[in-house]
Amino acid sequence: MMVPEALALSAVLFCIGVVGVLTRRNAIIIFMCVELMLNAVNLSFVAFSRLYGMTGQVFVVFVMTVAAAEAAVGLAIIISIFRHRQTVDLTNINLLKG
Amino acid sequence: MPYDLGIPGQLTLALAPDLVLLGGAMALMLVAAWGPESAARQRTVGIGALVLCVAVLAMVIAVAIRQPSAANGVIAVDGFRWAADALFLLAAIIAIALSIDYNPREGILAGEAHVLTLFATGGMMLMAAARDLMVLFLGIELMSIAVYAMVGLNRRSPRAAEGSLKYFLLGAFATAFLLYGIALVYGATGSTNLAEIGERIAALGLSRSPMLLVGIALLLVGFGFKLAAAPFHMWAPDVYEGAPTPISGFMAAGVKAAAFAAFLRVWLEAFPGVYTEWHKAVWWLAATTMVVGNIIALQQKNLKRMLAYSSIGHTGFILVALAAGTPQAATAFLFYLFAYTLATMGAFAVIIAVGQSGGSGDRIEDFHGLWHSNPGLAVAMMVFMLALLGFPVFGGMGFFAKWYVLQAALQAPAPQTRLAIILVITSTISAGYYVWVVMVMFMKQRATDALRIPPMPAMTRWVVTASVALILFFGVYPEPLVRLARASTAVGIAPVDGGPASTAALQGQ
Repeated sequence: MMVPEALALSAVLFCIGVVGVLTRRNAIIIFMCVELMLNAVNLSFVAFSRLYGMTGQVFVVFVMTVAAAEAAVGLAIIISIFRHRQTVDLTNINLLKG
Repeated sequence: MPYDLGIPGQLTLALAPDLVLLGGAMALMLVAAWGPESAARQRTVGIGALVLCVAVLAMVIAVAIRQPSAANGVIAVDGFRWAADALFLLAAIIAIALSIDYNPREGILAGEAHVLTLFATGGMMLMAAARDLMVLFLGIELMSIAVYAMVGLNRRSPRAAEGSLKYFLLGAFATAFLLYGIALVYGATGSTNLAEIGERIAALGLSRSPMLLVGIALLLVGFGFKLAAAPFHMWAPDVYEGAPTPISGFMAAGVKAAAFAAFLRVWLEAFPGVYTEWHKAVWWLAATTMVVGNIIALQQKNLKRMLAYSSIGHTGFILVALAAGTPQAATAFLFYLFAYTLATMGAFAVIIAVGQSGGSGDRIEDFHGLWHSNPGLAVAMMVFMLALLGFPVFGGMGFFAKWYVLQAALQAPAPQTRLAIILVITSTISAGYYVWVVMVMFMKQRATDALRIPPMPAMTRWVVTASVALILFFGVYPEPLVRLARASTAVGIAPVDGGPASTAALQGQ
């Protein structure tokens, strides 16, 4: 049923997302990497629901809904920082320190 | 008669306080959006939100007195949930009461600010009720998304925008870890229901399953971020400094308490069978958090940052109770959270009051010689600082909070002696910054050019007075609150204690 393969792919995608978040400095790209991580998890849920029934698929629907809401708020926050600094590069965003 | 959560009507009854709060919040959102932003409308919505919170609090208390119960379902109906709900609502009431006066001063005229607080509180209540990883996830996200926006409420402030961006990116990152953890736990056990997960771990002997252990580790990372436990605490000081002060208090008290309530329930209900495995991780988390939080707090010059590190330190203290993992520890945990909520919110309220002078109010210089200009505020701040320190008598219930956690740690079947020792040592270190604030207020001279602090608005004064009074009252007479906390955990977390898996694991230590 391709479950192990799907799980392996999901793990790889998740790791790519983690590496992206840790190495990139652009807020939008970091956010895209987080979305990649969420969708990697979705893949796992779907694969597991092959084994255990519908719960996993229901979970995926909730995750997608929540991710959409999160994207709305997140992009609004990114716009508000852009208005202040004219950039979304995190290396230039350093008012708070210590 | 226990609720049958399979029947929609009964499920609605079991969720009644949460539904009333969220429904009311949506109605208030309409009121806020109905006309142009103005200070008057902001105040109306704020007072509406306060009334709603008080009504839901009354409802929670009324339900808790009836002591309903439910068989295993997606929602817990037990004393622990009601006690946690009361705590979140208390934090929300304080935060909204402070915001009503604080927001217009900072130019935040959106009434939606209070509605967001209500949504976040609704999410917290869901987290405390969650007996299913799906409900838990929805609760965490409802709370987090609202709080991301709340941090960035002040759109004129670049600091607020920066804090909210940091919180959002790290929070979403942590959510992904949490979610992957949930997926792996589901994959290992085939269920998202906490009780079923616990049963299957015991029945199928999964305590060595790598998938389950990795899942638990990822869950721990996700919760660690929400709790601001070291080494996942980096965001906390930046976010607390950037956020509007009442919201910093709300995050330090409410958000943390909610993450702890969910953490406690998941760990003690679903994972007692793998106690030996997670105990080590929680042990190290508690130890590093106590040390890192309290030592870095020593060098802070900004009070909001100092309180952020102090709240990290307190996360470590509460984790000690969790590492003990007994019902007695759950009682100590509730008592501690109550004391901590009052003291932290109170301290942020004093910062707001001092900030009325026109400055930010969070620099240590603003507190120099406060006793000579505003003796009332200085005494209140002294009580909050000593309560956070856990000083006897003058620190009120803060002393008993630490005392009960220590007792729980030492009397557990697997005594946490070393953690208790670290707790005592780091508490002593924390005196370095708490007592320093007190000293500065009483012994330094007020700067000659210091701005005069006008008298507090009614609601801020009410919050400060009530917090001081409660802290001192329960400091002299903690019995009623302890009895209440014990009763709440006896109903809620008791199944864990009685479970064969947990007792076996605990005795195996």
